[in-house]
Amino acid sequence: MDLDRSKVVIARETAGKIADRLHSWIGDYTTTTTERAAARLLGIDGVDKADVPLPNLMVEKLEQAGILDRGLVPWLARAVVARNECPQKIAEGLADGTFQVSSIPDCPEDKWRAVADALAVEAAAKIRSVRSKREEMKKKAAPAGKPMLYVIVATGNVYEDAVQARAAALQGADIVAVIRHTGQSLLDYVPFGPTTEGFGGTYATQENFRIVRKALDQAGEETGRYISLVNYASGLCMPEISAMGAIERLDMMLNDAMYGVLFRDINMRRTFIDQHFSRMINAYAGIIINTGEDNYLTTADAYDKGYTVLASQFINEQLALRSGLKEEQMGLGHAFEIDPSMEDGLLMEIAQAQLCRELFPKSPLKYMPPTKHVTGDIFNTYLVNGMYNLVSVMTGQEIQLLGMLTEAIHTPFISDRYLSIANSQYIFNNARHLGEEIVFAPGGRVQKRAAYLLDEACEMLQTIEEISLETAMEQGLFADIKRSRDGGKGSSGVIERHKDYYNPFFELFLNHSKPVEGRLS
Amino acid sequence: MELDLTKVKTYGDTLNDGAMQVSFTLPVPAGDEAKEGARQIALKMGLEAPAVTEMADLGAGFTFFVLYGKCTHTVDYTAIKIPKQQQKVLSFKEVNALIKNRLERKVVVVAACTGSDAHTVGIDAIINMKGYKGEYGLERYPEIDAYNLGSQVPNAELLARAVELNADAVLVSQVVTQKNIHLENLTELIELAEAEGLRDRVLMICGGPRISHELAIELGYDAGFGAGTLPNQVASYIAADLVRREKNGK
Repeated sequence: MDLDRSKVVIARETAGKIADRLHSWIGDYTTTTTERAAARLLGIDGVDKADVPLPNLMVEKLEQAGILDRGLVPWLARAVVARNECPQKIAEGLADGTFQVSSIPDCPEDKWRAVADALAVEAAAKIRSVRSKREEMKKKAAPAGKPMLYVIVATGNVYEDAVQARAAALQGADIVAVIRHTGQSLLDYVPFGPTTEGFGGTYATQENFRIVRKALDQAGEETGRYISLVNYASGLCMPEISAMGAIERLDMMLNDAMYGVLFRDINMRRTFIDQHFSRMINAYAGIIINTGEDNYLTTADAYDKGYTVLASQFINEQLALRSGLKEEQMGLGHAFEIDPSMEDGLLMEIAQAQLCRELFPKSPLKYMPPTKHVTGDIFNTYLVNGMYNLVSVMTGQEIQLLGMLTEAIHTPFISDRYLSIANSQYIFNNARHLGEEIVFAPGGRVQKRAAYLLDEACEMLQTIEEISLETAMEQGLFADIKRSRDGGKGSSGVIERHKDYYNPFFELFLNHSKPVEGRLS
Repeated sequence: MELDLTKVKTYGDTLNDGAMQVSFTLPVPAGDEAKEGARQIALKMGLEAPAVTEMADLGAGFTFFVLYGKCTHTVDYTAIKIPKQQQKVLSFKEVNALIKNRLERKVVVVAACTGSDAHTVGIDAIINMKGYKGEYGLERYPEIDAYNLGSQVPNAELLARAVELNADAVLVSQVVTQKNIHLENLTELIELAEAEGLRDRVLMICGGPRISHELAIELGYDAGFGAGTLPNQVASYIAADLVRREKNGK
């Protein structure tokens, strides 16, 4: 593409400074869901008589006692010392009123810290073993082709999801995502147990994760492949869902640093703090994250605002690095959303896709299908999806969310998924090495567009660095959506850390995957 | 052969051939039995001489079919009556002029995606400054004060805002239609509006890819707008109807 490499360096360095600026304060705070995630990592699960999840119950009790700003783990460790019971038993005792937060006596710091650290090491070892199991299974399985075929199931009923997920895997899907119930992102707790009623998708619960995981493992065994499972570490419970995913061997998580603020009106500080711990867990668990830049183009125009996707990818990359994620774990998102009636629109799509590929060479890019300009004309949509598949195989995308011919009509039927897989398999096979044969005309339309996008992204990043990311979001620089700094949902769950705050997982996870400074091309 | 509008049939390449293509899935494994099953379904649908042109194994005991047949049913086209919005569509300038000259005040519009629906694409196209397909959104109209409350807004909150802002019109968008959640939600909104005595004071308008004017009327709304609606169509309707109401009121 003959990119100006100095611009690439500037973009990455500027994004790094933007991320550093956020990190100058992120560490001063914790959130309710961060503490609940710590509880979940320590094996606390289940609900009380009123169906309140035990992690929520504990956090609420600690908050009432005025000690949540020290973190959940210090109190829990003292309780373990005092009662000589496992964390789950402590949570249950607190729930049924056997004892109170205040009835747990203090003990010497070295004593409770030793217990806390031992519990955390044990929890981390469990996650490592889940990770090793995935690696082992993948080693035995036939390697997935590239781009990998990613489909969604969204029935609302986890048992029906399991059937559809299995069918999709047998048809050739490499990755299956269970779309979440539309309202879940705004729930400040994670529901418990298997669920059969959801709209636009199925609740993310630990039991639901287990059910679909089992169905996909079975399908994987039948076909000699490894089928990846995806869910959403997003919304008001980002880190908790990451913790559940780490335990239940999810392979990918939708996990964006800004999506919740822009598209779910979640408080900024809450989101930035939550994404940090959430991504640390994903990093440690070997989970690949998917970022959500594609969504910008559903509200803003894909041609006019293509550069905002790039700018956001750079920021997401830098924030992810600071949570210990490796580039190989960053499924940076973008989308094929330029109006199909535009002359040379395909060339513009090629430019953006190829540019992403060259800017983030190690990242398994997540490419999203056309949604905004597709209609109820399924025959036309099928063709547009074919063009999208062609650009993907040509530019070396890796995670291909397959376009559904009924995108504008309903959540996919089983046959829609089959047809989308057939479409992509035909094109990926038929044009397998197209990319290797292509040289872009020097100074031609594609190169010019790529250079323009990079220039604009650089400029946008420099503006953001000057005014801060928070102010940029207040001004509507992303997705044409404006969000106020102190507004949004979940702000009451942000807590300033006490000087004695302790969460052993931070050190444990970050030390394992030493955060690398931004790669400077 | 003459076209008889009282007995219209589907058309392939010859008048009254009844040709039709359908595709569907059966929850049985692919094979001769499945194919016969598909054929029998087609016969029961009123398709004569059904021919399965494609049978694909979807795995896990499901089979997909593409099938052609000759539909035996006819419709009486002359007897069809569809309620339509009589309102002529005005341009951006015409709408603003109409409001300025005839109402002599700004029109207040409050809009949201309510319930669990998180899809703002429709409401954004109509309300946001930028609009849709080159037509400015309602926020851009100098004579309209438009408020886009965004997604996942509870119905009660939408109405509370409408009262607070003294709204002339409430726009509600529904994109997710799984298990008819949109119908439940739209009904709830209308019932709430009635309970709060708002119904007659405010224009209630719904929109979404599966919404038609006919459906909107049936649900008790003043108007409904489907896929591909442009902002000025909605603005025209609101302006003209308010003018009409003002005139009748006086």
